[in-house]
Amino acid sequence: MKYQVNETGFYGQFGGSFIPEMLHSNIDTLQKQYLSIMAEDSFQKEFRKLLKDYVGRPSPLYYAAKLSKELNTNVYLKREDLNHTGAHKINNTIGQILLAQRLGKTRIIAETGAGQHGVATATVCALMGLECVVYMGSTDIKRQAPNVARMRMLGARVEPALSGSQTLKDATNEAIRDWINNPVDTHYIIGSVVGPHPYPDLVARFQSVISEEMKWQLKEQTGSENPDYIVACVGGGSNAAGAFYHYLEDEAVKLVLVEAAGLGIDTGESAATSVLGSMGIIHGSRTLLMQTEDGQIVEPYSISAGLDYPGIGPLHAHLIKSERAQVFSATDEEAIKAAFHLTREEGIIPALETAHAFAILDQIGAKPDESMVVCLSGRGDKDLSTYIAHLDGEIVDS
Amino acid sequence: MNRLTSLFEQKKEGVLNVYFTAGHPSLESTVPIIRSLAEHGADIIEIGMPYSDPMADGETIQKSSAVALKNGMGLEVLFGQIAEARQHVEIPLIVMGYYNQLIQYGIEDFVKKAAEVGIDGMIIPDLPMAIYRDDHKELFEKYDVCHSFLITPQTSEERILMADALSSGFVYMVSQSSITGKTGDISEEQIAYFERVNGMALKNPRLIGFGIHDKETKERAFHYANGAIIGSAFIRAVGNEEQTLEENIDQFFNRINA
Repeated sequence: MKYQVNETGFYGQFGGSFIPEMLHSNIDTLQKQYLSIMAEDSFQKEFRKLLKDYVGRPSPLYYAAKLSKELNTNVYLKREDLNHTGAHKINNTIGQILLAQRLGKTRIIAETGAGQHGVATATVCALMGLECVVYMGSTDIKRQAPNVARMRMLGARVEPALSGSQTLKDATNEAIRDWINNPVDTHYIIGSVVGPHPYPDLVARFQSVISEEMKWQLKEQTGSENPDYIVACVGGGSNAAGAFYHYLEDEAVKLVLVEAAGLGIDTGESAATSVLGSMGIIHGSRTLLMQTEDGQIVEPYSISAGLDYPGIGPLHAHLIKSERAQVFSATDEEAIKAAFHLTREEGIIPALETAHAFAILDQIGAKPDESMVVCLSGRGDKDLSTYIAHLDGEIVDS
Repeated sequence: MNRLTSLFEQKKEGVLNVYFTAGHPSLESTVPIIRSLAEHGADIIEIGMPYSDPMADGETIQKSSAVALKNGMGLEVLFGQIAEARQHVEIPLIVMGYYNQLIQYGIEDFVKKAAEVGIDGMIIPDLPMAIYRDDHKELFEKYDVCHSFLITPQTSEERILMADALSSGFVYMVSQSSITGKTGDISEEQIAYFERVNGMALKNPRLIGFGIHDKETKERAFHYANGAIIGSAFIRAVGNEEQTLEENIDQFFNRINA
């Protein structure tokens, strides 16, 4: 198992648990118990039932005929946008809320960028009757207003993160500080495959339902459970981790990550971590991150709040460095253009994050007899104000 | 001999460690703050290396760090300032920062440079004990630089013993389950924790930090351990722009000693 986490929490040289002592007790408990709790029959039964009856899984695997024709290959869309709450994020929050209950926790905290994870966390807290506090950068509170309203309606308290660039990184810092202040009753539902071990593995396992379904759905539709390519956008990387998970060790399936280039990789306003980053520590994990020579973390930029993160999950850092995964990047403008294209061609409005993945499909070089699955990680309702602002612009017309 | 080790050989109680963020309130305040703290009777000075993402720190240290970075503080500048301060003060100087800062500088280069400029110890809260033990402990010993690990009310007895075995200079007792900068009183629960650790007869002296902000909490720390660490309260004091640095520091010591 070359690409799975090892027993000390590392993916190759990436991962681990670099945390202050104040977090040790909670992280240690998770490390010792997450696998056994997840393996319990009662846990699996409850998790599977909720995914089916509450989330609406399995999510469809849709053959996008028009895109396929245009790209002269076979394009399948894994429709995570059709999940309850509108993105893949709920796969993980359902799993983690069940875990939190079994750990005896009564209060839930989360960080959120685009607000999709915040909404998914607020949703499961409402479902289970647990107190919920979501940290969100002030910049993101402004640019993802519909999701802030949804979280509030669901009964969560949305706390603005006022430090740094006031985006996902800062929201994560605030959530970690909250956990330090509340070590006994609180569980921290991290939304991506980031953070100290076991979070990257824990979240990847809950999201792995995506590739689990892809296997049998592809088999049903094509006769083979393997596509030639799997494509996903990456910020921290949870939808990519879920879409890749059951294919990690099968190197015949090529893995493609798409980062947010922001205004362009060399503009100083970017979130393309694999190009601009180097090895260091962020949020308790050794991974690739954007930093100065002095090890200060650089503020990233992307139009998409969910990809606006200066690091990348340690699994992905390992996949990239070992050349198991190939990385592309898309700028703000390319992502918006791709979003309109998908909307007009297939009638699907994707989240801005997801749109990045669609922006590079023509660069992959897939052949006519090959197939690719694009993880359509979320829907674009939350991004309508951004999209509408571009409706009259030249981007759409070009 | 390492100045921290010598200090604790001579002084077993009432040891005062004051933390400040280097580069705050201004880039050039490092040397004057160190000299003034030594003149006012601090036993140890803990110099915070400002970090963009200080995970364990409350608002006061976050803000002072952001100001310091904006002022242009960096590791080379800081090492230069510490070398200069060393010309004037003899008390132990320690640095506190995050592991990523050491990794990017190069661990051995960092420890070597620290020893050269007269740093006696370090506190790196996100450096795991096992990694220190396996990868860095020999290096710290080679350059005679101490390293203090943190323990908290949640730390198991087994881990407290491990932190003690791996620490040199002193063990840093985090007084409560919180980030830095809290200003409440010391609770019965905290006292029970202090007494529990007292009963363990650790090899290292213990300093209590986090939430030590006035005379009363300082005296409590002196009573239940070998000394106290004050950080955020000092930073708040020197951040008062209506008075000079010296006036702010005078006022701080009047408050915690009066």
